[in-house]
Amino acid sequence: MSHVSSSPKVRGGRKAAVGNVGRPPVAWALPGILFFALFAIVPLAIAVYLSFCHWDGLNSPTSAGTANWTRLFKDPEFRQAAWLSLLLTTISWVFQTPVALLLGVWAAGRQRSRAVLSAIFFVPLLLSTTAIAMLFHALLDPNFGVIKEIGPWFGIDPNIMGSSTGALLTVAFVGGWQFMPFHTLIYQGGTRQIPQVLYQAAEIDGAGMFRQFFHITLPQLRNTITTSSVLMIVGSLTYFDTVLIMTKGGPGTDTTILPYLMYRTGFQTYDLGYAAAIATALVVVATAISLILVRFSGFGNMRSTREGM
Amino acid sequence: MSIDTRPVTRPARPLNRTRPAGAARRRRWGNPLAGLGSLVWLVLVIVPLYTLVSSSLMHQDEALNGDPLAFPTNPTLENYRTVLDSGFFTMLSNTAIVAVATTAIVLVLSIPVAYVAVRTRSRLSGLAFRTFLLGVAIPAQAVIVPLYLLISKMGLYDSLPAIILPTAAFAMPVAVLILSGTMRDVSEEMYEAMALDGASPLRMLWQLAIPMSKAGISTVAIYTALQAWNGFLFPLILTQSEENRVLTLGLFNFMSQFGVNIPAILAAIVLSVVPIFAVYLVARKALVNGLMGVGGK
Repeated sequence: MSHVSSSPKVRGGRKAAVGNVGRPPVAWALPGILFFALFAIVPLAIAVYLSFCHWDGLNSPTSAGTANWTRLFKDPEFRQAAWLSLLLTTISWVFQTPVALLLGVWAAGRQRSRAVLSAIFFVPLLLSTTAIAMLFHALLDPNFGVIKEIGPWFGIDPNIMGSSTGALLTVAFVGGWQFMPFHTLIYQGGTRQIPQVLYQAAEIDGAGMFRQFFHITLPQLRNTITTSSVLMIVGSLTYFDTVLIMTKGGPGTDTTILPYLMYRTGFQTYDLGYAAAIATALVVVATAISLILVRFSGFGNMRSTREGM
Repeated sequence: MSIDTRPVTRPARPLNRTRPAGAARRRRWGNPLAGLGSLVWLVLVIVPLYTLVSSSLMHQDEALNGDPLAFPTNPTLENYRTVLDSGFFTMLSNTAIVAVATTAIVLVLSIPVAYVAVRTRSRLSGLAFRTFLLGVAIPAQAVIVPLYLLISKMGLYDSLPAIILPTAAFAMPVAVLILSGTMRDVSEEMYEAMALDGASPLRMLWQLAIPMSKAGISTVAIYTALQAWNGFLFPLILTQSEENRVLTLGLFNFMSQFGVNIPAILAAIVLSVVPIFAVYLVARKALVNGLMGVGGK
């Protein structure tokens, strides 16, 4: 069978002679599709339905017309939460992408020292979000935490969690601390797949290391950047665990991002209809962002960056 | 510890071994900039982890009043005993059950979906594939209210399946995406050769598609298991009693239970990492390569 593995990419050259022989029935996919539909798509539909209801979680939902939605568009808390979500997502992306990209490209080298450091960098990924949030909650305690020792060295107020900017930046940092290894890995994997020939050709043409980075590494990592960005952005829209544990949405409501506002509305004030409206808005935003990214990048059809080589 | 980050499945690159001028030159560029950056990051990773372990070994008054960066003067395991006596093992086994069951469900359901998406040309399978693709963007938080309703109506509230089923559903989109990515790389000619031999689609799946997609399958297994292991929101909303408590939720409860007993909280965090850290030590390569695979090709 060895001869057949020679040309893996030619999908277009399918021979008509074989046709539909040996193709699986579509029904095989049904269990998976139905399962996903039951626990993800149906709840999504119910969320939309509930957003037009009043519901306290105990009695049956009653129709509310568009009351929740009118309220949503006027609610200053929702507007603030949407803004904070956007801000947190942007800060996280701006913080994580360049660092993960540089660390990943660096870690792609096969020196022993890099392998050792990579093994250490990986460790935060083994901790759960809950554990990490609790760890930093303890470290940043203004009275007992490491921050009271280290903070002053860098001019950081030990009570960083008490200021609204500080709390938001901290949440972004903690999210980055957790997910950086993951995105670094993705970039490391992507970099290792870049054909060495490209660098050799560039070398012969006299391109220096910076030009090699900007003209070979970066363009070749285009798909990797999109994949990492989609995961990063959708992930940071939902830094729920971190916020719940570290800040409870505070100080005041200054880290109350959309998922946390939804949680508070739904499971603390038991206004589940309004919570469903917030949730629906969250899905719309997340889907829109992913659609835009997918459209601009061809993430969906998994096109190869090496096409035509 | 033998350290080797070379992925098992990547094609061999003889050029790399001989280190031609290009590769050597490329290596040098990272040293000043990224090398310095990586050292900064190293400090940022090490300091919290060091404090985590060292403070968990301290007596409470030392942790509260002393220098948190100092080495514990009189190390104690008392905090660990406190945690172990607080139902830690129930939580650990619950979490393990959730992780294993979730991973099994995801693999069993996603492999056929990916196989059909790659191997058939019908509109229906294309539509299904695109639905899963969009599913990546559905944040689990967004459906938590209706899920609470659904799970209650199914009579599953406050049980382990209440955590397992939605966690598996939300892991499926990424799983399908990764699996169809790897299955797409199995060449058409191989399928044709098997078809000429009269193989059924089931045999092709079993003897060709699955063995050729081992890398993707282990990526999915690792990614899913980690997600299930770390899940917090579903347990928080969908379970209540102590007997169904998973580690993440247990940790969260320790926070209020132990109050200012910070060393005990840190000990709980350390203990929650131990099992997965053990897996990391034993199967580091598989774990790293698996997660690297999430980035696709």
